[in-house]
Amino acid sequence: MGDIKFMKGNEAIAEAAVRAGCRFFAGYPITPQNEIPEYLSWRLPEVGGAYVQGESEIASINMVYGAAAMGARAMTSSSGPGISLKAEGISYLAAAMLPALIVNISRGGPGLGSIQPAQSDYLQATKALGHGGFHAMVFAPNSAQEAADLVYTAWDYAERDRNPVLLLMDGCLGNIMEEVQLPPMREMKDEDLPEWSLTRRNGRDYQGNITPIYTEPILEGINTMAGEMYKAWEEDDVKVEEFMLDDAEYVIVAYGIASRVAKEAVLRLRAEGHKIGLLRPITLFPFPKKQIRDLDYNRVKGIIDIEMTIPAQMREDIELQVKDRCPVYEYGRSGGCLLDDEGVYEAIGEILAGGENNG
Amino acid sequence: MRSMGERKLIVLVEINKRLCKDCGYCMHFCPKKILAESKERNSRGYFYPELTDPDACISCGICATVCPEGAIELPPKGED
Amino acid sequence: MAEYMRSHMIADAQSGYCPGCLHALATRLVSDVIEELGQADNSLNVISVGCSALNILYWNGDFLSVAHGRAPAAATGVKRTNPERLVFAYQGDGDLAAIGLAEIMSAANRGENFTVIFANNQTYGMTGGQMAPTTLLGQKTTTTVYGRDAETTGYPMKMCELISTLEAPVFVARYALNSPKGIRDARAGIKKAFEYQLAGKGFTFVELLTNCPTNWKLSPLQTLEYMNTNTIPYFKPGVYKDKEAENV
Repeated sequence: MGDIKFMKGNEAIAEAAVRAGCRFFAGYPITPQNEIPEYLSWRLPEVGGAYVQGESEIASINMVYGAAAMGARAMTSSSGPGISLKAEGISYLAAAMLPALIVNISRGGPGLGSIQPAQSDYLQATKALGHGGFHAMVFAPNSAQEAADLVYTAWDYAERDRNPVLLLMDGCLGNIMEEVQLPPMREMKDEDLPEWSLTRRNGRDYQGNITPIYTEPILEGINTMAGEMYKAWEEDDVKVEEFMLDDAEYVIVAYGIASRVAKEAVLRLRAEGHKIGLLRPITLFPFPKKQIRDLDYNRVKGIIDIEMTIPAQMREDIELQVKDRCPVYEYGRSGGCLLDDEGVYEAIGEILAGGENNG
Repeated sequence: MRSMGERKLIVLVEINKRLCKDCGYCMHFCPKKILAESKERNSRGYFYPELTDPDACISCGICATVCPEGAIELPPKGED
Repeated sequence: MAEYMRSHMIADAQSGYCPGCLHALATRLVSDVIEELGQADNSLNVISVGCSALNILYWNGDFLSVAHGRAPAAATGVKRTNPERLVFAYQGDGDLAAIGLAEIMSAANRGENFTVIFANNQTYGMTGGQMAPTTLLGQKTTTTVYGRDAETTGYPMKMCELISTLEAPVFVARYALNSPKGIRDARAGIKKAFEYQLAGKGFTFVELLTNCPTNWKLSPLQTLEYMNTNTIPYFKPGVYKDKEAENV
C-alpha cells in the first residue's frame, strides 16, 4: 500500500478523511486552513460525497450536525475565530450524541488576532468547546503523517463514543509540506450505517429521532454517562510520546509544533550532557495525567512547558499533576510569532541555569 | 348504525372528545350550527363539541378541517 | 375522505400547543399530506426551536431536532447525504426570520431540494410573547409594550416576498389558516411543495399565517378575526413563485 505523497498538513488531513470514509464536509473560508475545504470541494464528489460551502461557520457546523444525524461520516474545519462560531453546533453535537470530526488549524488570538500560526486555543479545545460542560476528545498531531493517521481513526472514536472529536493543529503544521504515507481507502457500506442514525439505508423500519433537548432526569443521566466516558478515556485512550525520559532531570512538556522545536533542543542539550527529555501529549483531552503524575520526582528537578502561546495554557493541567513536587517553568511565543530552535534552546538553557525566561 | 338501505343521510362526524381543547373553531364554522359545547368536561378539563341535531349534518367536513387537534374525523363511507 | 381522518404521523394524544393554536393545525396539515403521499416512512421532520419544538413530543415520524434558526443548514446536511428522503424544516418566525435569516436565505439561494414550512404567528410564543421580526406595527408584545414602533424596530419582515426574489426557489407561497378555505388552500400548497421536492425540482417554501391566543391575549376565535383585519392585509396570502407553472 505504498501510497506516499508529498503534501501539506492540511491536504493530508483532507485526503485521510476521505479514505477514512468521510462523505460530507461543510465549511467557511478562514486562513490558515483553506487547503482543507479547497481539496475536499473537488475530492468528495469524486467518491460520491458532498461538499457544501456554508454561509457561515455556524451554518456549516449545523450542516455537519444534519449529515452526522444520518450516520454519514461528516466533518468541518476552521481556525480559532471560526471555531468560536461553531461552539454552538459542537455543543449540540455533544448533546445529540452525534459523531463528527472538527478540525482547528489554529492561529494567533484572541479576536481576529493574527492569521499566523499559534497554539492559543488549548483552553477552548480542552475545557470549553461550547456551553453546557461537555468535552470532545482532542488530538494534537505534530506532523502531516500523524495528522493523517489520527484523522483516519477519528470517526472510530467518534462513533464508538457518539461524540465529536477535535483535531487541534496550528497553522504551521497545516501548511508545511511533508512526505505522507496515506492509509488505504475504506469501503463504507449502507448496512453498516449506525443503527441509531436517521438514515433508512441501513434497513431501519421503525421511527427514529435525534434531539439535543431532554427532560431533566434524562439530561442528568446523559451528563452522568458522559462523565463516566471522560474517565474511561483517561484509562484507555491517552496517547503520548515519551522521548529520552528514562533518566531525565528536566522534562519538557510540549505538543504539536512546539514539540518539534523542543525535540531539537533536547537533542542539542543532551549532546552538551544535560539530562533532559520530552513528554509530548498527543491527546490533549484526555490529558496524560498519569504520565506526568507518575514521573520520578526524586529525580525530576523541573518541568518546562513550551507552547506557542503566551501565557502558557497547558501549565495548569501540568501543575495539577506535579502537585508542587518540582517547579514548573514555561516558555512561549505568541501572536503568530513562531517558536524557533535558537530561542527555545536559549530559554531552556536559562531555566537549567536557575532562572526562567518569560515565566 | 343505520342500515345501508335506509334513505336517511348517515351521520359521519366522529368527535374524539379526549383530544378536544375547546377552541370553539368547529362550532364557529359549522354551516348548520349543529355543534354545541358539552355540559361535561373531558379528562383534561375541557368542554367539547356535541352534535345537537345529527340528522341535520351534511358531512361537509369543515369541523374536521378547522380542528387544530384533529379531534374530529369523518370516516370513509362504507367502513365501520 | 382521507382528508378528514387524523394522520398516524402525529401522536394519539393532545398536542402540546395551547387551545386554538394554529401551529397544531399546521402540524396536522403537514402530517396529512405526508400520509396522503405515502411518505410516512420516508419523511424526515427537521424541528427547530420555539413552539415548533413541541413537535418533539407529538411527531410520530423520523425527526431531527436542531438549534435555533439552523434548521435549513441541518436539513442541507440531511438532504445532501440522503437525497431520496422527503425532508422538511418546520420553523417559526423568530427562528426563521431573525436568528436563522442567513440559513434560510442561503439554503433557498442554493436551491436545496427540501421544503421549509414557516409558521408565522408574529411573536416568540415559547419564550412568552416578545416582539418577532414579523410582529405587526402597533402590535403589543412583552418587549413592545406600547405597540411595535417602526422608528426603533423597523417593519415586519415579509419572507415570501424576500425569498421569491431569489432565482433558485421553485415554489414560494403564503396561506392563512384562519378559515376553512385558507386551510384547504394551505393543504394543497404543502402537497405541491412536497411533490416538487419528490420530483427533485428544488427549494420549496410554504408560509402559514398562524396565531398565538396566549400571547396575543385574545380568545381563539378573536385571533381569527384579528388575522382577518390585521395580519392578512399586511402578509398577503398567495403564490409568490411557482417555477413549474411559469414553465407551462
